[in-house]
Amino acid sequence: MMQNERRVVSVILQNEASALSRITDLFSARGYNIESLTVAPIPESKYSRLTIATSGSVRVIEQIIKQLHKLIPVLRVYEHADLVEKEMAMVKFPIGENLSDIETLSKAYNGKIVNVGNDMIIAMVADEPKRVSHYLEAVKRFNPKEIVRSGTVALER
Amino acid sequence: MQMSGAQMVIEALKHEGVDTVFGYPGGAIMNVYDEIYKQDDFQHILTRHEQAAVHAAEGYAKVTGKVGVAMVTSGPGFTNAVTGIADAYMDSIPLVVISGQVPMSLIGTDAFQEIDSVGISRSCTKHNYLVTDAADLPRVLKEAFYLAATGRPGPVHVDIPKDVTAQIAEFDYSRPVEMETYKPTTKGNARQIKKAIEAIAAAKRPLLYLGGGIISANAADEVRAFAKMTGIPAVETFMARGTMGADNPLVISMLGMHGSYAANMAMSETDLVIGLGARFDDRVTGKLSEFAKNADVIHVDIDPASISKLVNAEYPIVGDVKYVVEEMTTLAKGKVDPERYAPWLETIDHFNKLHPLGYEEEAGTIKPQWVIERIGQLLGEKANISTDVGQHQMWTAQFYPFTRPRQFISSGGLGTMGFGFPAAMGVKRGDMERVSINVTGDGSILMNIQELMTSVEYKLPVINVILNNHFLGMVRQWQTLFYDKRYSETDLSMQPNWVGLVESFGGVGYNVETKEEFDAALKDAVEKNVVAMINVSVSRFENVLPMVPAGGSLFNMMLEYKDK
Repeated sequence: MMQNERRVVSVILQNEASALSRITDLFSARGYNIESLTVAPIPESKYSRLTIATSGSVRVIEQIIKQLHKLIPVLRVYEHADLVEKEMAMVKFPIGENLSDIETLSKAYNGKIVNVGNDMIIAMVADEPKRVSHYLEAVKRFNPKEIVRSGTVALER
Repeated sequence: MQMSGAQMVIEALKHEGVDTVFGYPGGAIMNVYDEIYKQDDFQHILTRHEQAAVHAAEGYAKVTGKVGVAMVTSGPGFTNAVTGIADAYMDSIPLVVISGQVPMSLIGTDAFQEIDSVGISRSCTKHNYLVTDAADLPRVLKEAFYLAATGRPGPVHVDIPKDVTAQIAEFDYSRPVEMETYKPTTKGNARQIKKAIEAIAAAKRPLLYLGGGIISANAADEVRAFAKMTGIPAVETFMARGTMGADNPLVISMLGMHGSYAANMAMSETDLVIGLGARFDDRVTGKLSEFAKNADVIHVDIDPASISKLVNAEYPIVGDVKYVVEEMTTLAKGKVDPERYAPWLETIDHFNKLHPLGYEEEAGTIKPQWVIERIGQLLGEKANISTDVGQHQMWTAQFYPFTRPRQFISSGGLGTMGFGFPAAMGVKRGDMERVSINVTGDGSILMNIQELMTSVEYKLPVINVILNNHFLGMVRQWQTLFYDKRYSETDLSMQPNWVGLVESFGGVGYNVETKEEFDAALKDAVEKNVVAMINVSVSRFENVLPMVPAGGSLFNMMLEYKDK
């Protein structure tokens, strides 16, 4: 049996209605896995860039790339090999938790406290997806109330 | 020039040289139909069901090689059309399907006859559009025709809200299609083609594996020339029937689940598969790990995603099969020695003699295979043959002597019952010179029987030959073989009065019990040149053989099965 591998794929596609759903439909119709998906317009162009973290066998990954290419609004598909990959996470803590401990921990993961309200603290980190997972593991002891992850973005080196 | 969105649709169809539109009107598409009423540049054929409109457009497209056009209204009009669109998608048939949509202000309000048509068609079209501004219509329609016909052909859906068809905007159809993101590769990689020829020259048992892409690409002449020059034998997929011509000594019939013994054995014994416009469908390959186990694979296809999807290709060539085969023929001259394959042809001849495709005659009963052979003997090249889906479809593919591409029109990928009759109408419309036969079953024909009215009204005579075994035959065959003869819901003993049915629409009908009656009925129907239904009572428990059980290996064919 072929080993499943995690891959990050970038797609440059036209900014048009339903373009994103063409991508997600393709994944669901063919039974491919999406681990995370981020999308935003490319400045000063008519294109958007999608970053998809996915997993599958070599054959499945090859099909994902080819099937993405086949979609009419898709300009380019990059399968990243050597890349810089980052993900953001925001975590809401109760106000009673130790502010300086949270601050110190967040700093270790390229983050900081970004908001303090009457009854909560919000911290933010931006790091490699694996390290973001470690951070979220580590902050469990501060009783996080809410967690949001952005999904990965990546650029080839 | 300023005009309404509805007028733009008509103008675009004129510019595309469309001579026939199959469709069904309704509220959301009425502005366009009002313009259809005012023009006489093309004929609109009113089918009696939207599914049939799309199948008719498919039949027309398949027989002519042109883009078929179907038009439907919003909501149920569109959802009825979806089966046809999906069918065209699976078989890579070039279609443009135009649907009406509720006005922009009502989209998303669950308005009367509103459905997310582009959402539904996304997964079964090559591309689709929701047009929100009439100014976009010329570009969108031009792109739609271009996309449908180029690269790997397929259906394109254009959904137009009612207020957009009323909106006035500038119509300019002269601008060329500019799609930065769509540039299909037609020219195969020269180095890869060269390497493929070297592999062919070194092979001992090469085999051409011909798929429907050859017919889409109008490449049958090039493929025949390549086979003749190199002396390499060929097997055809169901979708490629007619590519080589039945009288071609190099063709070894169809392969796959109901392929011939010789074709399946040749595929199992070959040392080099030369796949041309074929997609290694599961009905063809059987068990993948056993498929052409000792062979390298050359795979030529316009769709890169088809290459190495299921079977790894050592020589992948992305390109138009017509162009690539021409290149291969040029390069093969002097490099490929047909004499080298003589022992291989002898082996194939041995396979052919060992288990030829055939059937046992039975006194007092008409065998369905005989009916197909007989139509072939009586009409041969003069007929275009459509089919529905089931046993009759496989017998047609096995026993009809197809001599040319585009002669066999059937639903391959999706396997749509109800395809045959409307498709045969479209075929007739596309080729009025030839007889349009629809070989069907007593199950399939009832799925779009309302088209008798269309067929009569528009004088599109189709001869429906029902191979009537009072069963959903193919499901019954599987129940026999794999479900211990539990014939759950496949017994169709209850039958209509077929002759009365067709006569009530204004056609002619025949009940046939003997071979003589069949000959007479077919002759009469051809002479009368009207819509006909020949109801042939055939042996009830006949099975389609050979058969490779689903997931089985190609070389493990069931060659005989006597059923009582």
